[in-house]
Amino acid sequence: MRVSFQDAKHLISLVGLFAAAVGVFVILRAAVVPAGFGKYGHYRAGAIDDNRARAVKFAGQGECVYCHDAQLQVRDSGRHKTISCEACHGPQAKHVASDGKEKPAKPDVIPLCLNCHEKDAAKPAFLPQVVKADHYTGTTCSDCHQPHNPKM
Amino acid sequence: MRKTRREILLSAGKYILLTGTAAAGLESLTGTASADTTTPASDGYKMADHWWGMTMEVDKCIGCGNCVRACSKENDVPEGFYRTWIERYHVKEGDMEHPTVESPDGGMHGFPPTSTPVDKSFFIPKLCNHCADSPCTQVCPVGATFVSPDGVVLVDQSYCLGCRYCVQACPYGCRFIHPTKNVVEKCNLCYHRITKGLTTACCEACPTGARKLVDLKNPKDPVHDFLRHYKVQVLKPHMATHAKVFYKDLDGSVR
Ligand code: HEC
Ligand code: HEC
Ligand code: HEC
Ligand code: HEC
Repeated sequence: MRVSFQDAKHLISLVGLFAAAVGVFVILRAAVVPAGFGKYGHYRAGAIDDNRARAVKFAGQGECVYCHDAQLQVRDSGRHKTISCEACHGPQAKHVASDGKEKPAKPDVIPLCLNCHEKDAAKPAFLPQVVKADHYTGTTCSDCHQPHNPKM
Repeated sequence: MRKTRREILLSAGKYILLTGTAAAGLESLTGTASADTTTPASDGYKMADHWWGMTMEVDKCIGCGNCVRACSKENDVPEGFYRTWIERYHVKEGDMEHPTVESPDGGMHGFPPTSTPVDKSFFIPKLCNHCADSPCTQVCPVGATFVSPDGVVLVDQSYCLGCRYCVQACPYGCRFIHPTKNVVEKCNLCYHRITKGLTTACCEACPTGARKLVDLKNPKDPVHDFLRHYKVQVLKPHMATHAKVFYKDLDGSVR
């Protein structure tokens, strides 16, 4: 009996050493690993909220309808009905948040229309296209076409 | 056999290596209970109820660049870099292996007109495919990029080292290093918008509905009809990344 336990003292100090090392590991890990890490997976849970934190710049089609029924009706009666207001007017969250006081910049009409309508072989056939040099007669597109419903 | 104290300490040193395992086991027993993605955030958004993706109707894309401009404004994308971009393909008759692909400024300002329609040509909008089994998230050494519980590949910019592993791992070239922040940037599917019930900036600005944000977990989303009725394809299906951007009418020459 005595013989097999003759190194018991060493074993006890080993166990102590082991426990201390576990303790150090746990403390170090707590200090190094950021809060929320591993909550959903191998990443910081707070990163999800960080990604949500950005401010919205495009208010969304749903906002414009509250105040701009006139333009909406015109647009929806023509072939531009699939185009959201901000596709042509740019991001307007500030305009909406200020109840219309912060005025949107006027669209730069010719490049705006031509980005979509300049003739190109890669463009699909359903899209009406014009060759700028042949079609445009010196005035701006909106002199002849009402941008919200451009049918002539 | 008697061991010297020195020998015992040396072998003890080896066992010390096990403490990591022991501590990790301890932590998994005592640590945070399994995360609950069904509890809504303070504003009612429940991650468990969504699985985001996108559909692309290639034949509707007119290459106007509205999506690229909108994305860059919404997300302050640095100049010269693109989270989404448009490519214009020209394919010589039958020569699927050698398409000519151009994307001047990512298609941000539209495309210079091509006059001679001898080749087959079309536009392909691209962005992060928000792969469910994404190689980019697997290579991150620190867990700074990951697939969120609602299926969006996000970056933790406060934790990213800027090591560029993920930039190389992405088969679609969707990642870049932010020139001033020196951390990785990519499309996060306008996570700040879609979690508020808005669509992404690119989809908001698309004039023809060529690109649409879809929620594959929402039974009422038209995407289910879309996927049932149309022949669709993801980019580089052989990479088996489980991409969630579905292209309709995709030509075989698109890489
Ligand atoms: C809270 C009401 C409100 C909402 C919502 C709103 N607007 Fe307006 N908007 C106004 C008012 C008021 C004016 C008129 C400003 C003036 O003439 O001084 C205006 C003017 C405009 C103009 C013309 C500016 C000019 O140069 O005459 C545009 C373009 C416009 N809004 C676009 C939008 C778009 C796009 C949206 C949707 C994102 C939107 N607005 C949402 C109230 C609103
Ligand atoms: C196809 C692009 C396009 C779309 C889509 C569009 N607009 Fe416009 N809108 C214009 C242009 C271009 C002008 C400026 C015309 C000018 O300066 O001659 C304009 C002018 C306006 C004005 C100034 C007053 C007026 O009627 O001319 C308002 C207000 C306005 N838009 C609101 C809207 C709203 C609201 C929507 C969405 C329902 C919308 N627009 C959709 C291109 C567009
Ligand atoms: C963001 C892209 C976009 C912009 C900007 C745009 N359009 Fe269009 N336009 C379209 C699309 C798409 C159609 C066809 C829609 C359809 O049939 O599905 C169209 C249709 C038209 C038509 C045919 C209308 C008809 O009833 O036959 C004309 C004309 C036209 N646009 C002129 C203009 C003018 C002028 C401007 C500039 C004020 C303009 N468009 C700006 C996308 C655009
Ligand atoms: C002087 C008046 C005028 C101006 C300026 C003008 N258009 Fe037109 N546009 C017309 C008329 C008239 C038609 C219908 C007859 C036709 O198809 O030629 C038309 C038709 C169109 C069509 C439809 C073509 C089709 O195949 O259905 C588009 C697209 C168009 N215009 C875009 C533009 C753009 C973009 C600009 C500005 C660069 C512009 N237009 C400037 C008068 C004008």
